Amino acid sequence: MKPVLLIDFGSTYTKVTAVDVEAGCLLGTADSFTTIHTDIGEGLEKALEKLHAKTGELDYAARYACSSAAGGLRMITSGLVPELTAEAAHQASLGAGAKVLKVFSFQITEDDLEEILRINPDIFLLVGGTDGGNTECILHNARMLASIPFDFPVIIAGNRTAARECERILEGHEVHLCENVMPKFGVLNIEPVRKKIREIFLNRIIHAKGLSEASELISGILMPTPSAVMRAMHLLAKGCEGESGIGDLIAVDVGGATTDIYSMTDGMPQDASTVYKGLPEPFDKRTVEGDIGMRYSVHGIVDAAGIGRICQLSQLSQERVEELLELLDEHKDMIPESGSDLEKLDFALASMAIETAVARHAGTMEETYTLMGLTYVQSGKDLRHVGQVIVTGGSLIRTTRTGEIASHALASPAAPMSLRPLKAEIRVDRKYILAAMGLLSEYEPQIALRIMKKELEHDGYSEQKNS
Amino acid sequence: MKKKVLVIGVIGADVHAVGNRILYHAFTEAGFEVINLGVMVSQEEYIAAAIESAADAIVISSLYGQGELDCRGMREKCDEAGLKGIPLVVGGNIVIGKQKFEDVEKRFKDMGFDRAFPPGTLPETTIEALRELLHMEEEA
Repeated sequence: MKPVLLIDFGSTYTKVTAVDVEAGCLLGTADSFTTIHTDIGEGLEKALEKLHAKTGELDYAARYACSSAAGGLRMITSGLVPELTAEAAHQASLGAGAKVLKVFSFQITEDDLEEILRINPDIFLLVGGTDGGNTECILHNARMLASIPFDFPVIIAGNRTAARECERILEGHEVHLCENVMPKFGVLNIEPVRKKIREIFLNRIIHAKGLSEASELISGILMPTPSAVMRAMHLLAKGCEGESGIGDLIAVDVGGATTDIYSMTDGMPQDASTVYKGLPEPFDKRTVEGDIGMRYSVHGIVDAAGIGRICQLSQLSQERVEELLELLDEHKDMIPESGSDLEKLDFALASMAIETAVARHAGTMEETYTLMGLTYVQSGKDLRHVGQVIVTGGSLIRTTRTGEIASHALASPAAPMSLRPLKAEIRVDRKYILAAMGLLSEYEPQIALRIMKKELEHDGYSEQKNS
Repeated sequence: MKKKVLVIGVIGADVHAVGNRILYHAFTEAGFEVINLGVMVSQEEYIAAAIESAADAIVISSLYGQGELDCRGMREKCDEAGLKGIPLVVGGNIVIGKQKFEDVEKRFKDMGFDRAFPPGTLPETTIEALRELLHMEEEA
């Protein structure tokens, strides 16, 4: 036996997963509260005690960790045009597992500077202009930044013509030069920035956040948790040498405060009569819905779906729903009992969280009549052919109606222009291993993939509802 | 010398792709850097592309007769977006029916376009006009 320990320091829970890389199987999982305010090692020790109570003492060959504790990797980005370089910067940061607190476009103002100081991000990503294109905006923004006292690293990944000058303007600060996120118009180049963000995370951020105290115990905190989940999903879709993947997929992580959606598919138009509009999107795309979550962001779900649908799905009266929502506002840690009204409400909330978040992640199709007849205009990714939906997050893996909730990720006749999957197999991450498998994939991709294929539990097969 | 940057495309709900491809190749061949937005391009898309790439001119094509409607307000939007004075060129079947082209040209110039070209204009003619608009002869 050759056990490896995989740790996920979450904002609330520290989750540990033990894997035997010799036999290629999961040994066990456990969790405990994250203890960021004292010593992060305490929570880890407790989680390990629980794990070892199940598995017996293990002599680990290696210990790897990812983290979203202490607020995660907090970033601000600034670009030029909102739909173009500003969006490219946003995508690059999300793809690196960051929590993007603010996306600025065009020129930064004095008010924006105050906000930047107040947020005090872990990394600032400065972009704008295609190579040889606009330099005015990025230079202005660099000068504005230079006028305030700040201590965070800045990545410059805009028009290469202006890169060196931006670096000089920001002299005295930690500055990293990187390839342009949009070197030519409409061409997305976000991988170099993703790599740079991860490098900075490794070298600097984990120390600043007091996470290094735990590093004596572990071989290293390798990446932010969402980045680990992203890697796991990429591996699961694409496969690796010696083991095939399961094909195009989307993954849904409904949390207490936010909902993350990952899609692993090309998503470009499937036929010649469709015109694609807007920035092309990456194969591995992540979006985060900050207003959609099961406890801290319930009102966002209700606002997006409408109270009527919540009542209909939960089969509760509007008065009762409102009463329960108020209760949730006061008690964020409420866990529903089986058969209770709260369980019914949670079912409706989770269903609508998934529907809203996937609809926002997916592309849309518009019909336009031209002299040549009916033409389709697609913006964003086409997910209609995606055949797998992976579901994770506490609210979903602890209920028995996961498959039913997850079916709301699929296309609906009520929103025919939303390009969501038409039919898909639903798989549930019951043991909460996605982040751990993302970590393991760095060293043993084949084993990580086999474990995921085995452990992600089938929970039915859904097709577009015809109601 | 840095190449002059052109943003080109077919405006509105117009899907005529062939002329657009020909113009792309002709302009590229003539030494321009061309950002081709393809067909069914909105005013906002031309403007966004021109901002990011610091374009020197926008060249709009229209073949389906609705060009005049589609082009209305383009100059004002450019001004609003900070692209003050950017040369705007339009060409193709830009209006419906048999009209004297002098009248059509005048209407487009009143809308703020620098040049308007009738159906059947050869790419060379447009290239010549662009060189003049962008003062390329003097610089060369």
